Amino acid sequence: MTNSSLSSYDEMLDADGATRPAYSGYCEWLKEQPPELLRRKSGEAEAFFRKTGITFNVYGNEDAEERLIPFDMVPRIINAAQWRRLSRGIEQRVRALNAFLHDLYHRQEIVRSGRLPERVLKGNTAFLPQMAGFTPPGGVYTHIVGIDLVRTGEDDFMVLEDNARTPSGVSYMLENRETMMAMFPELFTKVRVREVSDYPRRLARSLAACAPPAANGHKPVVAVLTPGTFNSAYYEHAFLADQMGAELVEGSDLKVEDGRVAMRTTRGWQAIDVLYRRVDDDYLDPLTFKPESVLGVSGIMDVYRAGGITIANAPGTGIADDKAIYSFMPEIVEFYTGEKPILANVPTWRCAESDSLAYVMDNLEDLVVKEVHGSGGYGMLIGPTSSRKEIAMFAEKLRANPENYIAQPTLSLSTVPIFTKAGLAPRHVDLRPFVLVSPQGIDITPGGLTRVALKKGSLVVNSSQGGGTKDSWVLDD
Amino acid sequence: MLGRSANGIFWLFRYLERAENTARLVEAGFRMALTRDAADASDEWRSVVVTLGLQGAYQAKFGSDYTASTVVNFILRDRDNPGNVLSMVEQARHNARMVRTGITREVWEAVNESWMILKQELARTVTETRLGGVLDLIRRQSTLVRGAMEGTMLRNDIYYFARAGSFIERADNTARILDVKYYVLLPSVSYVGSSLDNVQWDNVLRAVAGDRAYRWLNAGRMEARGIAEFLMLDGRFPRSLAFCYAQLRDYLDRLAAEYGDRLETHAIVARTHEQLKSQTIEAVFEHGLHQVIGQFIAANNHLAQQIQRDYRFTE
Repeated sequence: MTNSSLSSYDEMLDADGATRPAYSGYCEWLKEQPPELLRRKSGEAEAFFRKTGITFNVYGNEDAEERLIPFDMVPRIINAAQWRRLSRGIEQRVRALNAFLHDLYHRQEIVRSGRLPERVLKGNTAFLPQMAGFTPPGGVYTHIVGIDLVRTGEDDFMVLEDNARTPSGVSYMLENRETMMAMFPELFTKVRVREVSDYPRRLARSLAACAPPAANGHKPVVAVLTPGTFNSAYYEHAFLADQMGAELVEGSDLKVEDGRVAMRTTRGWQAIDVLYRRVDDDYLDPLTFKPESVLGVSGIMDVYRAGGITIANAPGTGIADDKAIYSFMPEIVEFYTGEKPILANVPTWRCAESDSLAYVMDNLEDLVVKEVHGSGGYGMLIGPTSSRKEIAMFAEKLRANPENYIAQPTLSLSTVPIFTKAGLAPRHVDLRPFVLVSPQGIDITPGGLTRVALKKGSLVVNSSQGGGTKDSWVLDD
Repeated sequence: MLGRSANGIFWLFRYLERAENTARLVEAGFRMALTRDAADASDEWRSVVVTLGLQGAYQAKFGSDYTASTVVNFILRDRDNPGNVLSMVEQARHNARMVRTGITREVWEAVNESWMILKQELARTVTETRLGGVLDLIRRQSTLVRGAMEGTMLRNDIYYFARAGSFIERADNTARILDVKYYVLLPSVSYVGSSLDNVQWDNVLRAVAGDRAYRWLNAGRMEARGIAEFLMLDGRFPRSLAFCYAQLRDYLDRLAAEYGDRLETHAIVARTHEQLKSQTIEAVFEHGLHQVIGQFIAANNHLAQQIQRDYRFTE
């Protein structure tokens, strides 16, 4: 693809080929490892993942019903000072997202103040009128957030995307660490890396802290709602339920009874207090949303509004990570926190605005153009790697429906080496830290999920399109 | 626990038990066929198919041509046979994935690995040269899962439902093997006591891995009554009906203790267990072995259904 790695910032080696400080401990260790040992370990890692069943399903691809996300064994390392700054920025952003959601579903001060144009909300299907005037238990909208970060230089981290619905990938963060520790235990005695393994416990605690009024101060019953074994992230749903000691339920296990949402157990119906749902808003309640949905529970929205259950994340949070909203995030952060944003946005042209559209049309070959509601790297144009014909076809779509698109410059994403048969080779990466929100505060797990484009020069890190993952280390001071 | 999970784990262990018992049956058939001429070998393979209740599906595809290679591949891996061993293992793995939160990582990995290995082994035709190895593998994988269960699972409702599934299935399989071999397959009454008959009986014992134990207990004497008694009523033999019911009753009682509630399930299991305990082999033969076993299989099914109802396996 584009952007020869030469011009990108490499996180392990500086321009002179010297090891950067964050990687010094790791590289010392690496020097002593015989290459054939590393090759063998790389094979073992794949066998380990297959055996454990850490797979994801690809929609519409029956041959590869369950695929592995390739794991690369060179860690991605962030030093303590960098992480401190990132955490402050992430916390600020997540605070703003929650305040923004509360405002959108109540007085909409930000629209009244003129900082956010009303057109962005009008007709936006991610905005749920059913949530208007309702405050979720504990005032928390986004219990679990994933902030996608990209890096272009030593101190240049930018937010590429906010994931405020049901961000996935945290199981890979945990399993990648487990795998690394199993393969190279001695490495962790040489380099002090901050722990991630208590994420499930923190998640359970965070969810329990958001219990609805109906829990009446009892120890809340938490359940994870999955669409089922055929869902692409089923492994993660089961993993998290297992680690939290929560039931993993499907829509068919649930019904509304006596004003509560209850699950069918071997001993009868048991009420659920907090539902960590991994089912989209549209499928949550056939009475309120898609009537044909069998993945949700009829009547759950009524129970929710009456204080009978906590739904995490709250329905309607998708409006906050909508790509049409994204470009306003700097204003949003400032409006609700009164502070300058610590983390920058990627510069974004809103094609809905005619000046921007004109610019984008003139510069398609240099830009990345994304659908406002798209995800997973689908339906986008990467100008520098597209043919003239592809660009021309995309231009037509763009002209026909400009408000459906935003455009961003092609970023020179940072690289971290991966292990290849020919030795280490740099590949582009991003980072998704995971953030928990409860009335007790905002809790950020050090590190997150590093996704890596395995193809040389490629900028597409999405697992559905051949991306891999790495263990992500935050160094202890 | 969820009713759906109880159903999932109950059937997970029924499938695994069935896969294992099917492998044993094929193994006994193979050994038998090796020692016979072609016509007798064909009879033997037919008996294996009948015992598994696959006669209809088999004849629809192959007519009455019973050869080692067609029967073995039909039973182990043919997609036209809905009850093929590979499908059972796939089902077991599907269920394990569904109840992933209820089983330990070691149990999950043992089930998942069984599926991975068998999928590979059964991807191509099983030749007579490979058969021994494949059957051995199926038994071995089953043993691994059992070992992981024994060593890592918490003894609670999840475990009890798993064990109930195993013993319901095992009791059913033993009963069917005994029934078919005795009643359907003996060519005529005049064979009883002949050397052919002895080989048949030896084969029944092999099919349930009871040949050594029986010989040790009976100084090698092959005798129909003794063998039927051993498979039905001897509480020391882990594949006998009496053993299965002692276990079933025990696990279901523990479930009742955990839940603090005795249900219709417990009355049924106690009744069948008491019948097996007080039964004598003389009475069984007087009444007719086939009839007694038929009643047992029906009662066993009834128990399985009652468990599913009492514990809300489905809506």
